[in-house]
Amino acid sequence: MKYVFALLGRVINAIDWPLMIILMILASVGLLVMHSAVGGTDWRFADQTRNFIVALTAMWVVALTPPHIIMRFAVPFYVVGVVLLLGVFFFGDTSKGATRWLNLGFTRIQPSEMMKIALPLMLAWYFQKREGPMNTLDFSVAVLLLIVPCLLIIKQPDLGTALLVFGAGVCVIYFAGLSFKLLLPVVLIGVIGIGSIVAYQDELCDDDFDWVVLHDYQKHRICTLLDPSTDPLGKGFHTIQSTIAVGSGGVYGKGYMNGTQTHLDFIPERTTDFIFAVFSEEFGLYGGITLLLLYLLLIARGLTIAVRAPTHFSRLLAGSITMVLFIYVFVNIGMVTGILPVVGVPLPLMSYGGTALLTIGIACGMLMSISKYRPPVT
Amino acid sequence: MFEFKKTGLQQKNKFLLRALVAGLFAVVCFSLLVMRFVVLQVDRHEGLAARADSNRIAVVPIPPRRGEIVDRNGEVLARNYLSYTLEVVPARAGNLDELFSELMPIVYLSAADQRRFKRRVAESGRYASVVLRNNLNETEAAWFSAHSFRFPGVELRARWVREYPQGKSAGHVVGYIGRISEGDASELEESGQLGNYRGTDVIGKKGIEKTYETALHGKTGLQEVEITARGKPVRVLKRVDPIPGSNLVLSLDMGLQRIAEEAFKDLRGALVAIEPATGDVLAFVSQPAYDPNLFIDGIDAESWRQLNESPDHPLINRPVIGTYPIGSTYKPFVALAALELNKRRATDRISDPGYYEFGGQRFRNSGSTAFGSIDMHQALVVSSDTYFYSLGPEIGINGLHDFMKPFGFGQLTGIDIDGEKRGVLPSTEWKRQAYKKREQQKWYAGETISVAVGQGYNSFTLMQLAQATAVLANDGVFMKPHLVRALENPKTGAQTLTVAQASYKIPLKKENLQTIKRALADVTTVGTARQAFAGASYQAAGKTGTAQVYSLRGAKYRASAIDERLRDHALFMAFAPAVNPKIAIAVIVENAGWGGSVAAPIARKVFDAWLAKEAGRDTKKAGAQ
Repeated sequence: MKYVFALLGRVINAIDWPLMIILMILASVGLLVMHSAVGGTDWRFADQTRNFIVALTAMWVVALTPPHIIMRFAVPFYVVGVVLLLGVFFFGDTSKGATRWLNLGFTRIQPSEMMKIALPLMLAWYFQKREGPMNTLDFSVAVLLLIVPCLLIIKQPDLGTALLVFGAGVCVIYFAGLSFKLLLPVVLIGVIGIGSIVAYQDELCDDDFDWVVLHDYQKHRICTLLDPSTDPLGKGFHTIQSTIAVGSGGVYGKGYMNGTQTHLDFIPERTTDFIFAVFSEEFGLYGGITLLLLYLLLIARGLTIAVRAPTHFSRLLAGSITMVLFIYVFVNIGMVTGILPVVGVPLPLMSYGGTALLTIGIACGMLMSISKYRPPVT
Repeated sequence: MFEFKKTGLQQKNKFLLRALVAGLFAVVCFSLLVMRFVVLQVDRHEGLAARADSNRIAVVPIPPRRGEIVDRNGEVLARNYLSYTLEVVPARAGNLDELFSELMPIVYLSAADQRRFKRRVAESGRYASVVLRNNLNETEAAWFSAHSFRFPGVELRARWVREYPQGKSAGHVVGYIGRISEGDASELEESGQLGNYRGTDVIGKKGIEKTYETALHGKTGLQEVEITARGKPVRVLKRVDPIPGSNLVLSLDMGLQRIAEEAFKDLRGALVAIEPATGDVLAFVSQPAYDPNLFIDGIDAESWRQLNESPDHPLINRPVIGTYPIGSTYKPFVALAALELNKRRATDRISDPGYYEFGGQRFRNSGSTAFGSIDMHQALVVSSDTYFYSLGPEIGINGLHDFMKPFGFGQLTGIDIDGEKRGVLPSTEWKRQAYKKREQQKWYAGETISVAVGQGYNSFTLMQLAQATAVLANDGVFMKPHLVRALENPKTGAQTLTVAQASYKIPLKKENLQTIKRALADVTTVGTARQAFAGASYQAAGKTGTAQVYSLRGAKYRASAIDERLRDHALFMAFAPAVNPKIAIAVIVENAGWGGSVAAPIARKVFDAWLAKEAGRDTKKAGAQ
C-alpha cells in the first residue's frame, strides 16, 4: 500500500501542473472538435482518444527522466535519426507520392518525425559541451548539424516537417546566442510580408499597383499563390474551402456541430491539417482568439520553464521545444486562413494523428522534466 | 557572429532577454493571425457566409469519355462499353464481412473480388468510394436497386469500361490502361493535371494508351448540384460539359497485322512494316504477345506471374526495346556509304579468298566460302563478309557514324510508343564516353572491321532497321515513323494528321541508290533470299542477315535453354516493289539461325498480302476513272 502511494506521489510530482492543465484544456477542445469533424462518434474519435492516452504515458515517462539522463540520449538519437533518414533516402517506402517511411520488416517508422526532437536535443547538447567562448567554427558545426537532416527531409519530399525541424534548430541557435543583427532583418521582412498580405491582399494584386522591387511576372506568380481560385479543382480547393469556412463562422460562429462547410464535406483533411477550419467555423472569432490565448499560455509556461532552468542544456532545450510548438500553431493556422502556403503541418493537440501526438507528448515530457528537476545545491 | 559567453549569471540574464524577445515575437505573430481572423470573419464575413451558403452546391466532376482506337480501316482496337459497377464507401458501410455476406444472395462476389476490394480500401482509405464489383448483369443490377435501402454506403453506378476486342493481336501497340497509382497521381499533380482527373480512376499505362494519354483522356467537365444539408442532390444549377478524348486512327492495318503475326507461328521475334512515302507503320509485331484485357481491372497474381516469369518475355515490346547487332542487313547501308563518300566505286573488284587479313589477324567469311574476285553488286548478292571487312578501315569508324546517323541508326526514331531504346551507333567519341578506363576508351582499327559487317559494338533496335530501310526505299527522305496516323475529334469527325511532312532529306546520288537497290533486288532473285521469293508476282529488294547472340554472354547457364537460346537471330530487311516501293519491312526471328530461310519467308507473306491489296486499290481507282 505504501508502495502504491509512493508511486502515485512520483506520478503527481513528476508533472508540471500549470503546463498539464493547459495541455488538458487543449486536448479536450481537440477531442470536442474531432467529434464534430467526423460527424459524431466514429473510429477516428476512438483512435484519437487512444492516441492521447499513449502520448500522455510517453510524456509521463519522459517527465520522470532527469535532464542529464535525457542529455545522454542526444548524440545516439541524432546519429540514429540521420542514419535512418539516409535509409529512407535509399530504401524508403513510398506512400501517397512521398517517401517518408522506412520498413524495418516488423514495423514501419518515419524518421523525419523523430528528428523534430532529436535535432534540438543534439544542438542543445552541442552548445552545452562547447560552453565557453563561441567562435565561427562552432556556429558552422551547428549549422551543418542542422542542414544535413533538413535536406534529407526536403528530398522526401516533406516540406512541412523540414520546416519544423529547421525551425527547431534555428531556435536552439537563437537561444544559444545568434546575433540579433543577423536575425532582425529576416524576422522583419517575414512579419512585414505576411502583415501586408493580411492587410492589403486585394489591393496588392491590382493591375496598376507597382511592386517596385519585383518584376511583373514575379508579382503574378505570387498573386496566383495568393488567389487559389485559379485551380479550383486541384490544390487551391483546400485553401478556398477553409477560408470560406473560417470567414462564414463570423464573430460568434455557427455553433457546435453546425458548421455547414464541415458537415457537407467541403473541408478536405478536416480531421488532420485543416481541423482549425472546423473549429473556427463553429466557434467564430471569439473561439479563435480564445484558442490562440490558450496556445500563448502554453508558450509562456514553456518559456518560463526555460528561463528558470538550471543548466545551459536544459534552457536551450526547453526554449526551442516551446518555440517549435509556437511554429506548429502559427504555420498551421496561417495555412488554414490562407496567408501561408499549404504545407503539411498539424495543429498540436487538435489534429488527428498518433505519431505527431506522440512527438508532442515526448516534447512536453521534456519540458516537465526540466521544470521539476533541480540539481542538488553544492 | 556569436556573442561571447559570459559567466553563468550573465548567461542566464542573456537568456532571459532572449526568451522575452521570443515571447514577444510569438505575441506579434499571433496578433497577425488575429488580424487575419478579423479580416475573414468580420470584414469579409458577409461575402464568405454567402459562399458557404452557396456551398450547398456541390461541384461534381463529370469524367470525359476516353477516346477509342481504330486502325486505318476503322477496325476497333480499343473501345468503351457501359457497365454497372458496385461501389462502396467503407466508412459508411459498417462491417465489411457482414456486408459481403448480406450482399451475396443479391450480387455474387468472388473471393478475388473481396480480396481486391480490401486491398484497395487499404490503399485509398475508408472515405473513398471503392469499386467492389464490375460488370453486374441486368438481373443483379435490378435486384440491387430494389434492395439498395438496406445497404447504406453502397452505390450502383453505370460507368464506361475499357475493352480491347482484338485481344493479343497488336496488344503491344495498343498497350493498356490501369488504375491511377500513387506514382501516377503525383506525376499528374506536378503537371497540374490532377484536377482534370477527378472522377477518373484509370490512366494509360503502356503503349499508345500511354503515349497519347492526354489526347485520349479529354477534359473533365463539372456539374454544380444543389444539395440538402444531408448531402442529397436536389437540382442541377450549372453544367460544364466534359470534352471527350480524341479518337485515334492508327496507321496499322489489322488485316496485315494478323497475317504478320500468324506468319511467326510459335517463333519469337519482331516485325515492323512501314509505308516509306508516309512513315505510316502498317504492321508492328512483337511475338509472343499478351492480352491487354488482363490488365484493365488489375491483373491477377497468377497471370502476372506467368507473363513475368516466362522465358519468352511476352511483356517486352521487342521492336523498340530489343537491341541487336543487325549483322549483314547493315551491309547495304555500308555499301551506300562507300559510294557516297567516294571510298570505292561500284565497279571496283576485290579478291575474296574467304578471309580478310588485318594486323596479322584473319577475319573469316561465315562458312569460310571464298567468292574470288567480286564487285559491290556481287558482294551484296552473295553477302561476302570479306568485301565489307575491307570497307571498314577505308571508310573509318567516324565516317560510318556520320553517314548512318541521319538514317536513324543508334538514334531514337521518335516513334509514338513508350520505352524506345536508343541502342549504340559506335564512334570514337562514343567509346570515349562509354568506358571509364583509359585503355578501353581507345578505338582500335580492328574494331571498325566487325562494325562494317553489322557486328561488334553495333546495337540497333528493329525499329531503327525498319526505319532506315524505309528511308533507303524513299530515296533518303526521312518521314517520322508513327503508329497513330491521325487524331479524330469525336464530335465533328475532323482528323488531324500526326505527321504531315518529311523531317528531312538525306542528299544521296541517284546512281548510287540505283546500284544498291539493283543489288538488293538481285538478292531476292538469285541471292540469299531467292527461295523465299520464288514465284513472287512483284520484284522485291532485300538483304538477309544473322545476328550473333550477344546479350547472353555471361548470362547464367541454364542447361535446358542454353542450346536454343544461344543460337543466332535471323534477320531480314526488304522493300517492295523494288521500284516505287509501297512497303518497307524489317524482321527478326530470335534464335532461329539463318535469315534467308526463316525471316525472309515471313516478309514474303506480308508483302504478298499488302501488294495484293494495293493492286486491288489501284484497279478500283482505275475502274472509278
